Amino acid sequence: MKITHDLIERKAGLMALLVVLVVSVGGLVEILPLFNQRSTTEPVAGLKPYDALRLEGRDIYVREGCYNCHSQMIRPFRAEVERYGHYSVAGEFVYDHPFQWGSKRTGPDLARVGARYSDEWHRTHLRNPRDVVPESNMPGYPWLAKTELTGAHTPAKLRALRMVGVPYTDADIAGAKQAVAGKTEEDALVAYLQELGTVIKARR
Amino acid sequence: MSDFDSAFWSLWVAGLTLLSIVGCALLLTMQTKKRVPGAKVETTGHQWDEDLAELNNPLPRWWMGLFWITIAFGLVYLVLYPGLGTFEGTLKWSSTGEYREEVAAADKTFGPRFQRVASLDVAAIARDPEGRAMGERLFLTYCSQCHGSDARGAKGYPNLTANTWLYGGDPAALQATILDGRQGAMPALGEAIGGAEGTLDMANYVLSLSGAKHDAKRAEAAKPKFALCAACHGAEGKGNPQLGAPDLTDKVWLHGGSLETIAETIAKGRNSRMPAHRDLLGEEKVKILAGYVYGISRP
Repeated sequence: MKITHDLIERKAGLMALLVVLVVSVGGLVEILPLFNQRSTTEPVAGLKPYDALRLEGRDIYVREGCYNCHSQMIRPFRAEVERYGHYSVAGEFVYDHPFQWGSKRTGPDLARVGARYSDEWHRTHLRNPRDVVPESNMPGYPWLAKTELTGAHTPAKLRALRMVGVPYTDADIAGAKQAVAGKTEEDALVAYLQELGTVIKARR
Repeated sequence: MSDFDSAFWSLWVAGLTLLSIVGCALLLTMQTKKRVPGAKVETTGHQWDEDLAELNNPLPRWWMGLFWITIAFGLVYLVLYPGLGTFEGTLKWSSTGEYREEVAAADKTFGPRFQRVASLDVAAIARDPEGRAMGERLFLTYCSQCHGSDARGAKGYPNLTANTWLYGGDPAALQATILDGRQGAMPALGEAIGGAEGTLDMANYVLSLSGAKHDAKRAEAAKPKFALCAACHGAEGKGNPQLGAPDLTDKVWLHGGSLETIAETIAKGRNSRMPAHRDLLGEEKVKILAGYVYGISRP
């Protein structure tokens, strides 16, 4: 049988099969092997899963859409490393589901913002960024300081993450609600920010 | 790309990549046909509206040519650059390798100039035009978020241009502040000095120290209790740079100098933290920063 475009165009089943084959090549070559590569599946030395409070902070980061303006991905260019610190490596994100790399920088990259500023700076800055950075066009998030966390869903979040491979212990899950209850959303977000990227320390 | 769990994945990537390229080439070859001059072009067999037919002409040659060019490009790319599993490519390119080259090139260009400035002492850096320029760049990148891009500070973040210092402004103190950070701790004293009324009395006394407008009667009432404050601020309220306790007799206020704000500071205390930069920037860059700050505070 001679293979002609005529044949493929007349047999919808054959065409569908060939389309699936062609479309899957990219994923099979570029995505599937990453699940079997140590640098993308194993954490860098010293990396710990987010504790309950930081996990809540991370969820607030996602809820407020921080990733729309802030990336968490330092590329291996000199200008970025000088400003933000050591370039990001895959092993730093193995406990992130989903990762917060982002793709747009209206504000600066936050991959290594941890420990750069004082907690007090973060609080002032989150409530009204212009109090510390007059040029800033970031919106204020004053309600975070007024909203308390109940921790009602925190243990469930830890359990869900454990199912996808984050090594939380039973004790972590049992204590999750306690660790979060009564803290404000601002406390959680600041705790999350203050730990970002602190596993890899490098001089700028 | 050299840390797969097993060698299989390298072969998988390389095999599928090459297979799909060969597949594309095969498809192109099979679908290529020459147009025979003069011969009647066959149709797909459909016929509409009496005499409308779909001619089965071969694809244009230039268009097929473009496909062949992409295949050739792909093969050359896979020889030069990493793509086929763990094969590094003959150019040995990697993103981190390119980064290291970029840094090495920059070090070669800027290294000697940086070293010259870094070998000067703090006061000399402040006088050196290149030193000040370097310091300014460093300041805008690492310090402006708190101290402001004009270095005039903000509420709770000291103004660095006024030559008024919490921990001292000589070169050694400046470098120590930037290298290891500072932790300012004003305790909450509202209860200790007699609740809201006592706090208001003390705020008036503090205002009287710098000659600002105040209620003399209230200030007088608080005077004996200032002993509590004198432990850090000194008997005359002149402050103590060892502790970072501010001079209360000048007109510089870190958190604000209104009666209300001073009362708030006394009642609730203040905790100000300057982060350490020793590990972040290293001693040489800190020295250049100290030189810049030294310069802008003494115009």
